[in-house]
Amino acid sequence: MASEIELIDVTKRYPGTGQPAVDSVSMTIPAGEIVVFVGPSGCGKTTTMRMINRLIEPTSGRITIDGEDTLSLDPDRLRRGIGYAIQQAGLFPHLTVGQNVGMVPGLLGWDKTRSSDRVDEMLDLVGLDPGDFRDRYPRQLSGGQQQRVGVARALAADPPVLLMDEPFGAVDPITRGNLQDELMRLQAELRKTIVFVTHDFGEAVKLGDRIAVLGPQSRILQYDTPEQILANPADDTVAGFIGAGASLKQLTLLRVREVELSKAVTASVTDDPADIRAKLTEAGRGFALLLDDRGRPVSWVHARTPGRPTPVGDSVTLQSTLQDALEAILTEGGAAVVTGSRGEYVGLVEIDTVMSTVRRLREEAGA
Amino acid sequence: MTFWDFVADRWNRLVGEALLHVSAVVQCTVLAAAIGVGIGIAVHRSPLGSAVATALTSAILTIPSFALLGLLIPVLGLGAPPTVVALVLYGLLPIVRNTIVGLNGVDTSVRDAARGIGMSRAGVLTRVELRLAWPAILAGVRISTQMLMGIAAIAAYARGPGLGVEIFAGLTRAGSANATNQAIAGTLGIVILALLLDGIFALVGRYTVSRGIRGE
Repeated sequence: MASEIELIDVTKRYPGTGQPAVDSVSMTIPAGEIVVFVGPSGCGKTTTMRMINRLIEPTSGRITIDGEDTLSLDPDRLRRGIGYAIQQAGLFPHLTVGQNVGMVPGLLGWDKTRSSDRVDEMLDLVGLDPGDFRDRYPRQLSGGQQQRVGVARALAADPPVLLMDEPFGAVDPITRGNLQDELMRLQAELRKTIVFVTHDFGEAVKLGDRIAVLGPQSRILQYDTPEQILANPADDTVAGFIGAGASLKQLTLLRVREVELSKAVTASVTDDPADIRAKLTEAGRGFALLLDDRGRPVSWVHARTPGRPTPVGDSVTLQSTLQDALEAILTEGGAAVVTGSRGEYVGLVEIDTVMSTVRRLREEAGA
Repeated sequence: MTFWDFVADRWNRLVGEALLHVSAVVQCTVLAAAIGVGIGIAVHRSPLGSAVATALTSAILTIPSFALLGLLIPVLGLGAPPTVVALVLYGLLPIVRNTIVGLNGVDTSVRDAARGIGMSRAGVLTRVELRLAWPAILAGVRISTQMLMGIAAIAAYARGPGLGVEIFAGLTRAGSANATNQAIAGTLGIVILALLLDGIFALVGRYTVSRGIRGE
């Protein structure tokens, strides 16, 4: 269940200020996608998001959810139908975790049993054991756990739309990474329409189906998929915002199947070492990859010591990111073995391939 | 007659006055709490309103209680009415100030989350803000109660009820038999009652402040 959100010429002007905080923003947020608003602090991204659930009323313009004008709805009722998660979670400190998560179902008038079943289900969903956490108070939780509860509370009434305002901004990098992974797992299952605000471009690339790079007054500098933004930044401001690590970030977007694989000299584990040596000399290569009877990579052998193979360590699949491949190359040395869906050998990713991809991306970005 | 003989002799009368004293203080505190919390809620969002409310209620406290009662008697007559008005006015400051401090101490992110998940303004106030401000409000009410216990004694000047009657009688008859005993009995009674009420407040706090925000 998800809804399309449309912003039409949305403007927010605070009385007594010259320039509007948000100036005539129009965009469509497709149903079931994570759209990340990213931009420097003070650019109006949070204001834009908060106008969707009318925590801030637009000065002019329209916002529709599934075609319905949000201004025609009672704001409290509107908000109960939109999940809301914020930085530092904003949990009610005087209520238990269970009461926090059950708040929106309570506001919607669900009965006690349905509500408490839902609370347990939600805690489970965000990876907190209900028996252990339901009756705790927020102050008894770590920052990461509080954020999980915040997400559980936002999801409790199964809203089609979720607004998340830097929800992982206040936790340490490792926890943040875990929470991001968790959110992606949840989203794969739930397919909500999620508007996610962050100032961290890396987070935007990781989570977003689409990214809206916003400039001052929430002007949309570029609204596209992460791949497109990384490869073709609309202007210098966007390029500057992406930062120097753009090519490396793009490695997380490219899959191994998208680059050209090179071929190793292969042999069967049962082959005679002398034959392997002859094969390598003929091909002018130093290493051969030994495969088992089902074509799966087993070990490497060097031309000078064909009798003493070293086992294949890290391998990657066609679905792995180039980032993963680069890591495997660095641990394996020289090349990473790529395997297919049944673990069979399909090719190699060599360090040169990764390097030339990075170079190509940089040239494209510069063009 | 020793002090204890005096107390034993007048026991029934002293207990009656003590009950009246407590009853007057408690009722006036409840009234002051209702008004004070109301004022606090009304002004806490506005810095100017908060400053004015705090200044006005502080100004009331600077009026000597004798003078205030003296001013009220011509308007309200003798007995309960001037006593109640004076006590309520004196009790306002700590309650108003603590309500403002308590409500302003509510974390912005908590208020934002409450609005964001669809609580009405009244819901945010009653289910979140006042609950979180409650320890501060309760502390204010507790201070007011202690203050009013003492001030209520002066109300005897306006023929108000309570242990003040004993103190005033003792003081006006200074030098005669049992005058000192009478004044001490009244004073001591007030101190004991104040301690008892304070203990009750500690219990109330224990049972009404959420475990999630209790400082322990």
